[in-house]
Amino acid sequence: MSYAFDFTPVIRGFPDLLRGCAGTLGLAAGGMAIAVAIGVCGVVLRRSRAALLRWPVIGFVELIRNTPFLVQIYFIFFALPFAGVRLNPTLTALIALGINGGAYAIEIIRGGVESIHKGQVDAGLALGLRRIQVFWLVVLIPALRAVYPSLTSQFILLTLTTSVASAISAYELTSVAGIIESNSFRSFEVYGTVTLLYLAMSSLMMMLFRQVSTRWLAYPTK
Amino acid sequence: MGAPQFIFLLWGLGWTLGLSVMAFALGIFSGLAVALARTSEWRPLARLAAGYIAVFQGTPLLMQLFVVYYGLALAGLALEAWQAVAIGFALYASAFLGEIWRGSIEAVPRGQTDAARALGLHYFPLMKDVILPQALRISLPATVGFLVQLLKGTSLAAIVGFTELTRAGSIIANQIFEPLLVFGIVGGLYFAMCWPLSLFSGRLERRLAVSSR
Repeated sequence: MSYAFDFTPVIRGFPDLLRGCAGTLGLAAGGMAIAVAIGVCGVVLRRSRAALLRWPVIGFVELIRNTPFLVQIYFIFFALPFAGVRLNPTLTALIALGINGGAYAIEIIRGGVESIHKGQVDAGLALGLRRIQVFWLVVLIPALRAVYPSLTSQFILLTLTTSVASAISAYELTSVAGIIESNSFRSFEVYGTVTLLYLAMSSLMMMLFRQVSTRWLAYPTK
Repeated sequence: MGAPQFIFLLWGLGWTLGLSVMAFALGIFSGLAVALARTSEWRPLARLAAGYIAVFQGTPLLMQLFVVYYGLALAGLALEAWQAVAIGFALYASAFLGEIWRGSIEAVPRGQTDAARALGLHYFPLMKDVILPQALRISLPATVGFLVQLLKGTSLAAIVGFTELTRAGSIIANQIFEPLLVFGIVGGLYFAMCWPLSLFSGRLERRLAVSSR
């Protein structure tokens, strides 16, 4: 093999790559916040007695989960200007990530809400709590706590998915890597390094989420 | 959108299906090897397989494709684009299927292994005749679910520059200036392939839940 590795473009561009990491984490965190909001609203509608409220949510979840994110982000990228909304690519990506993550969040949170025993709700009402208080304190918060592991793995998946947003040149790590690569033609060195950066980010997130879980979320065993 | 454009999309759809089938077929064999390595009693091998799985689960599929695509070229293999991309997806599939099947192998009750060992079965007959047939049943819903993920994942070949369904869609959208119509149709085609698989996976899961009660 006569190829000589040259990491100078990667080293020179490293500060930019780190800023790209920050962009990636920002997009993922923002997307996840939107996703959880969609998830909670979606579950409320999904559990409604009115079929007219239930079915659009079911359709939304199935549609998003059975089409590729790349097609979704292209569609939203072209649909927003059509609807009279002009956003930069990064904000467009944020919305697309939120919508995509939202469909998965609905299914995850629904599982949590369904795991809450009906007796809990009756007990809450018998104690004189208002319906909204029962929903918030007795149903939603314990449900979110129960599905915390699934929600955090979804968060990590969403972080990895942000790399697809480079297709509409949103500001994140893969786009930054693409710029360095096209200026230096050191494709393997650049993408190899960036792959390790993603691995570092997802591993750190996993450790952090586990810490949070054991420290603050675990129920006392005794 | 006229007939020639639609035929071009269907041609891209063919490549999407072809890539998925190739990656899945290669992934079945390599994934089985990964799963067996991961559940091996020889610790270093199990660790190696765990690391392999962790790398693929902890990095974006797009980066895996880039690294395999450029890495194979650096290794001196003069491959065509579709071959490089198919190898990339096959590696991705091997890691995910390996992890799914590891779970199923471990879900087979321990007594089955003990009983087979007591009957004097060695590793290969033990796996082939006792553990794997039971593990296969347990793993079926998740395996079909992964097939959906793989089908959707092949859309990323578009970013590497390979003309499958999504890239065919981009080309047509640029040509006739109707991105919403084109990507709507492209999304519909993916949905038509993935949704039945998702429903099938859900049905298998419910059937398994009933039978194991």
